[in-house]
Amino acid sequence: MGWDPVVLFFVFGLIAGLLRSELKLPPALYETLSILLLLAIGLHGGVELAEQASMALLWQMAAVLLMGVMLPLIAFPLLRLLRFGRVDSASIAAHYGSVSAGTFAVVVAYMLSEDIFFESYMPLFVAILEIPAIVVGIVLARGLSKNTQWRELSREILLGKSIMLLLGGLLIGVLAGKEAVGPLEPLYTSMFPLVLALFLLEMGLIASRQSGALRKVGLKLVSFALLMPWLGAAVGLTIGALIGLSVGGAAMLATLGASASYIAVPAAMRLALPEANPSLSLAASLGITFPFNILIGIPIYLQAAQWLLPGA
Amino acid sequence: MNETQTTATRRTLITIVCEAILESKLLKDLELLGAPGWTISEARGRGSRGVRSSDWDNNGNIRIEVVCSRRVAEKIMGHVQAHYYADFAMICFLSDVEVLRSDKF
Repeated sequence: MGWDPVVLFFVFGLIAGLLRSELKLPPALYETLSILLLLAIGLHGGVELAEQASMALLWQMAAVLLMGVMLPLIAFPLLRLLRFGRVDSASIAAHYGSVSAGTFAVVVAYMLSEDIFFESYMPLFVAILEIPAIVVGIVLARGLSKNTQWRELSREILLGKSIMLLLGGLLIGVLAGKEAVGPLEPLYTSMFPLVLALFLLEMGLIASRQSGALRKVGLKLVSFALLMPWLGAAVGLTIGALIGLSVGGAAMLATLGASASYIAVPAAMRLALPEANPSLSLAASLGITFPFNILIGIPIYLQAAQWLLPGA
Repeated sequence: MNETQTTATRRTLITIVCEAILESKLLKDLELLGAPGWTISEARGRGSRGVRSSDWDNNGNIRIEVVCSRRVAEKIMGHVQAHYYADFAMICFLSDVEVLRSDKF
C-alpha cells in the first residue's frame, strides 16, 4: 500500500519547517482552509443527522459529554505526578480533554479512503467534546469559588471560530437536507482531500516550529504527550463500544479522545488562565500529539476498534 | 480661511503591542478609560517572549494606537501594566505627537 498523500503533505510541511525553508502559506489561506474544513465536516454531519436522528443519540451525546469531563481528570494527576505546576497541569489537561478538529478531519479522510463505515453524526461529538474540558481545566486550576468570569469566557468558548463553524454547518445541513445541499456536496467529497492536504501542509510547518519549545521543556512533557493519546484513545474506544458505535465510529471516538486541542482551548486558556505557560501545551499538542496521531495513532486506533468490536 | 485650523496641538500617542488574543478585552478597557478612538494593526516581531510571527490565530500580535490627552494616556498605561504585564506578551509606550483638529482627541 502506498503512503497516504494527505499525510505526506503533513510530513512535507514538517520537514520543510525543520529545514527552515522559506516556504510559507499566506495566513489568509490557512484561515480559509480551516473554515472550509470545519464547514464541510459540519455540513456533512448535519445532512446525515437529519436522516437518522433518534432518541439513542441523546444518550450517546450525554456519554460523550461525560468523556469530555473524564479526560482532563485523567490527564491532570498524571501531569502533577510529572511535577508540573498546578495551573500548567490544569491548562495542559484542558488541551488534552478537548479535541482537535484537524485530527478529526484526517480520521474522516482515513475512514473514507479505507472504505470503513462510521456514524456520520460524529461531527456533533467533536463540538460536544470541545467544551467540557475547558470548564474542568479552569475548575482544576482555580477551584469553584474564585471569581472566574464565566460569562465572558463562555461567550469566548461558544462563539469561538471552530464551534461556530461546526455547529453552523451542522444546522445548515439539518435544515436543508440532503437534496438541497447537493450542489455543495463537493465541499465534503471531491474537494475535501485537497483542502485537507493543503491544511496539513500548513500544520506541518506550524508543528515544526514547536521543535524549539520542545527542546526547552524537555522529556517530561514529551513523554506525557506520547502517553496521553493511548489513555485518551482507550477511554474513547471504551465509551464508543458502550454506546454502541460501529467499528469506524468507535475508532473515530478513540481518535478524538487521543487528540488534543490547538485552536479553541489555547485561546480560552490564555484568557482564563493567563499565568499558565501557553508554549507548554502547544508544544505538546501540536509538536508531539498531533503528528503522533496523524502518522501512527489513527491506524492503530482503527485496529484496536476492529479487535474490540469484531461483530459490529 | 479662518475656519481651517492650521496650528498643530500637542497630544499623546499611546502605542500598545500585545498578543492578539487580548484585542476584545483591551478595546473594552479603552472604551471605559475614555480613549477617544483607536487604530489596530497586525504586528510581527521579536521580544522577550520569543518570535511572535502572527502567522495564525493563537500566535498573532496586534498594535493598538490611541491619540489622546496625556492624562488619559497615563491612565491607560497604568491600567494595562496592572492587568496584563505579568502574564502577557505586551509593551506599551507613549510619545508626543502634534495633531490638527485637536477636538477629535
